[in-house]
Formats: sequence, C-alpha cells, structure tokens
Amino acid sequence: MSFFRESFIVFRRQLRMNLRNPAWVLIGLMQPVLYLFLFGPLLEPIARQFGYANHWTFFVPGMLVQLSLFGAFFAGFGLISEWRDGVVEAERVTPASRVALLTGRLMRDELQLLVQAGVLIGLGYALGMDAAGGGAAMGVVITLLVGGACAAASNALALTTKSEDVMAPVINVVMMPVLLLSGILLPMTLGKKWLQTASDFMPIKWITDAVRSTFLGDFGNDKVLYGTLWAVGLFVVAMWWGTSTFRKEDS
Amino acid sequence: MIHARGLVQTFTTREGRQKKEVRAVDGVDLDVAEGEVVGFLGPNGAGKTTTLRMLTTLLTPTAGTATVAGYDVVKDSTEVRRRIGYVSQSGSTGSFARAGDEVVDHGMLYGLSQKEATRRGQELFDQLDLPGLWTRQPKSMSGGQRRRLDIAMGLVHDPTLVFLDEPTTGLDPQARANLWEHIDGLRSRRGATVFLTTHYLDEADALSDRIVIIDHGRIVAADTSDNLKAQVAGDLVDLEVTDASRVGEAAARLEAVAESVEVDGSHARGRVPRAAKVVPGLMADLGAAGLELASIEVKRPTLDDVFLTLTGRSLRDAESSSGTTDPVEAGVPA
Repeated sequence: MSFFRESFIVFRRQLRMNLRNPAWVLIGLMQPVLYLFLFGPLLEPIARQFGYANHWTFFVPGMLVQLSLFGAFFAGFGLISEWRDGVVEAERVTPASRVALLTGRLMRDELQLLVQAGVLIGLGYALGMDAAGGGAAMGVVITLLVGGACAAASNALALTTKSEDVMAPVINVVMMPVLLLSGILLPMTLGKKWLQTASDFMPIKWITDAVRSTFLGDFGNDKVLYGTLWAVGLFVVAMWWGTSTFRKEDS
Repeated sequence: MIHARGLVQTFTTREGRQKKEVRAVDGVDLDVAEGEVVGFLGPNGAGKTTTLRMLTTLLTPTAGTATVAGYDVVKDSTEVRRRIGYVSQSGSTGSFARAGDEVVDHGMLYGLSQKEATRRGQELFDQLDLPGLWTRQPKSMSGGQRRRLDIAMGLVHDPTLVFLDEPTTGLDPQARANLWEHIDGLRSRRGATVFLTTHYLDEADALSDRIVIIDHGRIVAADTSDNLKAQVAGDLVDLEVTDASRVGEAAARLEAVAESVEVDGSHARGRVPRAAKVVPGLMADLGAAGLELASIEVKRPTLDDVFLTLTGRSLRDAESSSGTTDPVEAGVPA
C-alpha cells in the first residue's frame, strides 16, 4: 500500500507545482488547438476524398494522438531541472520506492493529458465533430496509453542524459518521422504505395487509425485491434525502461 | 553508527578511445561511534562525496562493506534510509515549490502523516531560524536560508545519524558562523551523530570531535584534531627575554625540551610536542636561572600542517579554492 501512498505524495507535489505555473500545460494545449483552428478548415473540401463526411471527425482523433506524443515527450524536461535542484536525489535518499518516484510523475502527466484531451474533444464537438461518445472515450484510453508510454520514455531519457541539450535534438529526430509517417495530419492512404508501406512500420500510424475508428463508433475491426495492441505494447516497453532507469543507482 | 571496511568505488571514464578505470574511493575503512561528530576532510576530488554517497545508499560500493545505523547499505538499504538524514551539496528543494510544502512532502515520503510532517516541519523552521519562510519559494531565499532549509529537509524524520555534504560551501562568513551553530546543535540539542564532509580546515576544526582525512581515495589519518596536530608538527614555543644578551641561555634551556631551536634577536623559538605539558617546567627552569621573560607564545600547528606532513602538499595547494584559513596563522616556520 505504501507504494500507492508514495506515488500519490509525488503526484500531489508535481500537480501542485503545475497548478502554480500552468504555462506548460497551456503551451502543450496551444499546439493542437492551433492545428485545429488553422489547419482543420483546410481539410473540409478534401475530407470526402478519403471517405470522411465530417472533416472534424477525421482530424480531432489525429490531434489527440499528436497531443499524447508531443505533450508527454516534453515531460522529461521538468525532471532535468528537478534533478539539478537536487530534488531527485533528496527523494532517492528517502525509503520511498524508486518506482513510485516515476509513477507519481506519470500520474501527473496522464492527468494533464486527460484535461487537454477533454478540452480538445470538447472543442471538436463544438466545431461540429460527429463522433460516438463511447468511441471518443475509448480513443482517450488509447491516447492515455500512448501518452503514458511517451512520458515514461521521456522521464527515462531525461534521467539518463540529464541534459536538455541532448534531449531536445533526440526528441526532434524521433518526432519528425513519427509525425510525418503516422497519418496524423493527412491519411497515409493518399500517398504512393512505398509511402504507405513505410508507414506500416510506424506503430503510431496503427494507433492513429485505431483512434479514428473508435471515434466513428467502429470497435470491431482489425485497425482497433492492432492499434490497441501497439499502444499496450509501447506502454509496457516504456514502463519497463522507465522503471529500470529509476531503479538504477546514481541516476 | 558507521562501520565501513575496504570501501571501493571505481568509475570508468573514456579518454578518446581508451577506457580508463578511476578508483575514486580506494579501500576506505571508517568507524564512527554514536553521538560523535566526525569531520571528513580532504581536497575536492579526494573521494569525500563518493564515500558519502556509498554510506547513504545512493551508490553501491564496487567492493567492501558498510554498516550504517545498524544495517548493511547494500542488503538493507531501505532500513538505512529510514534512519539517516542526508543534506546534499546540491540542495534538495524545487526552485518553484514552496519551502513548507517541500518539507512536508519529504517527511511524508519517510512515512510521517501529513499532520505529523507539518508539525515537525514548523518546529524545524523555528529551530533553524526560518520564521515566516514557510510559503517562500527556495529560489527567492538567501544562500544561508536555503542551506538551513536543506537541513530541515534532512531532519524532518528525526534521524539519529545525519550526513552533511559540504554544508557551508559558497556561504558568506556570517552565514557560515550561523550554520555552524546549528550543526553544533544537532548533537548538543538532539543527540544526533553527525558525519560532515568539508574542505575547509577551520570548519573541520571547529565542529568535529574527530577528523578523518582522505586523499586520493584513501584515508590518510583519523584522530582528534589535537592528536593529529600533536603527532605531526609539535607546537611552536616562542620565548622573548627582556635582556637580549642572555637569549643564548634561554635557547639552551629551550633546547632541552624542544627541537630545531633558533635564535632571533631577543627571541628563542623551538618546536615542542605537547607544549602545554612542557611549558610550566620550562618556565620554572628559566625562573630558577634568573632569566626574565618579556613574553611567551605557544602556537598550535594547524590542520594544514597535518595535511602537509601526511601528503607532502598543503591542502590549500591541493584545493586552491578553499582560502579561508589565515596563511600567517597556518604557517609555522620550519
């Protein structure tokens, strides 16, 4: 039981600091909202070409996945400045579980993501998105799995590199191909065969397709199955990486 | 409280393509009794902090064993953590958090209830002269206040053994003196055992019952400050006679108890191990011979003399940034 208690203490501390300085939460939300307002309308005339009557129903799930990737990937930057302040070491010298130090932070990241997803979906509905309520909820669950994976990976990377200067380029190098090959902005089916084949190797593409399917209220297809499996798989692998990094001595 | 045998910590560093093994701590034996205040002295890079990190379970020893507060640092690290307080060199609180919240959360991670942690935290803020800073952000505190906050963090769970890593580095003299009082109070008021690292000679001298000197990852001496000084250099006894023509007679009598006696005007100087025991006899001797003294001065050797004798170099040369001891006072003429 003390593991949950310790996670909660860490979570509460993180949340308190976020609420005191909510700039990062807002900045994290700005990006998908800007995409929604400034890029979304461009899709209106072409959405029919790839089989969507309502372009918001196509676009909002993509933004949700993007939010889970980008928002969560930056979570580790906060950890670096905490490490520099000596907070991480101070926590490690207490008898608290090392893993609780990670899970407490991930709980904050997940809560933040949940709030941002709520705002995004709310805006989507306001703009005229035509999505099934249960489907959107399922989409959020998948998003939280991906976001948790990214946040765990980001925290692990932060604690390994301990340098913003190393982390920022690494994240950029990883994120660009992920964004371009996952069909977040436009469906990969618009592309040539080679591009579609390349995107098949990108787990996030399967996840994006799965979230789109659930938003349409279609749970029973292969896309949802594969996407969910990928999301669970990424979550498990990233959690393993994160916990082993936090358990490692001298980090 | 602390029993360490043969502690070793090696790091691998890369120099170009070659991997090089560095033995940061190279076979350290340590014994600290309950209630003792031990100063761990050495230049930067001597292995002080690395040793401390092994004793506080933050680093697993490459070799050797250590029992801290009754538990093995590797096998029972959680039990060790419950019993020790650690005030690290790098601070312990988030810049943007509130001081009181940090202390309460820290106490709760030790298993205290929120109420208990708050009560302890406020008590410590009073004791450590941090009134009204409960809701202040650490980034807007002075250096001395931040260090005292770090100490409050390390004490919130009432540990019986407190580790302090370079507690006064970077503080101005006034803040240092103030912090020394608080460190002194750890034992006198709370009965805690204190293990502190420092590269300041005066700090080790002022605070510790016993001093352990480390250099290049090895313990080179461990004793009380007085014993270390006594075994090393001997005290300088400086006699000034009123009648300069009889200085030779005074020097001859000094020679009977001292080494390397030299004469300079009306002064006769020599080195005497444990001068305090010798001087009364010397005075009687001089009196019996009818030699009148204008003054007598006994200068104790400093820890820097000890370090110089043990390692062949001055601590201030080894660690140029520690310039707090008065060089005149430290320099006993050879």
